[in-house]
Amino acid sequence: MTDLYAALAAASSLIFSFDRDLVEIVLLSLRVSLTAVAAAAIIGLPLGGALALFPFRGRKAVMVAISALMGLPPVVVGLVVYLMLSRAGPFGALGLLFTPTAMIIAQCLLVIPIIAALTRQTVEDLWEELGEQLRSLGAGPWRALWTLLWEGRFSLFTAVLAGFGRASAEVGAVMIVGGNIDHVTRVMTTAIALETSKGDLALALGLGIILIILSTGINGGAFLLKEAAQKSQMS
Amino acid sequence: MRGVRVHRMALVFLFGLAATFVGGNPGAAEDRFIIVASTTSTDNSGLFGHILPVFESETGIEVRVVAVGTGQAVRLAERGDADVLLVHHKPSEEKFVADGYGVRRFDVMYNDFVVVGPRSDPAAVRGMDDVAAAMAKPAAAEAVFASRGDNSGTHKKELGLWKAAGVDVAAAGGNWYRETGSGMGATLNTAGGLGAYTLADRATWISFRNKGDLEILVEGDARLFNQYGVVLVSRERHPHVKAEDGQRFIDWLVSPVGQRSIARFEIGGQQLFHPNAKKEGS
Repeated sequence: MTDLYAALAAASSLIFSFDRDLVEIVLLSLRVSLTAVAAAAIIGLPLGGALALFPFRGRKAVMVAISALMGLPPVVVGLVVYLMLSRAGPFGALGLLFTPTAMIIAQCLLVIPIIAALTRQTVEDLWEELGEQLRSLGAGPWRALWTLLWEGRFSLFTAVLAGFGRASAEVGAVMIVGGNIDHVTRVMTTAIALETSKGDLALALGLGIILIILSTGINGGAFLLKEAAQKSQMS
Repeated sequence: MRGVRVHRMALVFLFGLAATFVGGNPGAAEDRFIIVASTTSTDNSGLFGHILPVFESETGIEVRVVAVGTGQAVRLAERGDADVLLVHHKPSEEKFVADGYGVRRFDVMYNDFVVVGPRSDPAAVRGMDDVAAAMAKPAAAEAVFASRGDNSGTHKKELGLWKAAGVDVAAAGGNWYRETGSGMGATLNTAGGLGAYTLADRATWISFRNKGDLEILVEGDARLFNQYGVVLVSRERHPHVKAEDGQRFIDWLVSPVGQRSIARFEIGGQQLFHPNAKKEGS
């Protein structure tokens, strides 16, 4: 129990002293994860919708692959992105390794399958429901895609939140491609891993508590906003 | 009407949140930096936090440290993902230079390894002078030994000591010999939890905050010497290497100012690293 009290004390002293290093780490964590999720949404939403609406050869295989990739192990994604961005790798000349951009790329790859798979399901269900109507209105497939994405926006929002949860919680990928460099690529999860390895369990758990407050705050706030929007939509 | 407003609020919330962070670009202001691949013992102990501000204010060169095990640090540098390599396994460093990846190796500083274990000391090794004989005792008694198992400098040192002790640890894997496959701190956490013996570098040990029941049982054998060396990654092998700034960092480390700065780093009155740079590199 003493560890837990010490952790709570560490967390509150970090928060209330407005620790500058902590603020920097929190802002970088949010910047990396939110950018990654925004990029993943821009790619994953249309991709999932297109998979639901457009028949093509091998569509089933792509659908299975994307669903399967929802469980991608972050550490493997990190390793692959590392090999791509390493100076000895194909994109080495860009010099992106050990930068926040590399971390965004890795998290984006982790989140795309989640958003795409959930979007496909949502759009497919909506198509069953509204397809007839859309066809009778003479909507082409592209028009139908955007309409259904819009109609499904509340469920899709939840899909994006699921993606954010995945991105903000993972440590394996950002550790490898970011290098956990102080003031440059250190984020909440890698800082927690670092303090654990230094044996400062109270500080590690304190940081963990702050991460939980942040992620529940963002997810909860987003959920409430969605509810409010949905309710006002109905009335 | 209200619906539209709430809706817009949600959109603003989302994109505002995203845009705030897409825009910022930390690190852009300081484009002049080098990447140093180093070990967890130097970074986690706080050494870099102590000496780097001195170097950075003197030269304006930011030093970005990627702290991993020695084996991984060497591989990073071989692939050209670092400008400078600062690790603690002389044979690997010399091979790195001989293979053409590094320019020249310089001694920087030293400390030593210690054998730590549970206070109850089930294999009775406390105070032994001969580290190889001391390590053979837990092996014979099948008392648990936690190994780094990660190809780090400490792991390589440990394997050398097992050889000197005539113990075949490969056969004991999973039995009394447990490879954690992780960093020094994580391995100390594991050793504490298992009541196991382990080999640690003194810097990590002193700065480690979760010692619990563990304490130093064997120290002082000459074979426990732990030398750190620094090498500039070869520009001939990797043309993008920031050779000038990297060399400046190395020159500073081995200079009287850098060496004094290393000597001044203490935790609880204990000096963690002892500078021993020679004029000439090897």
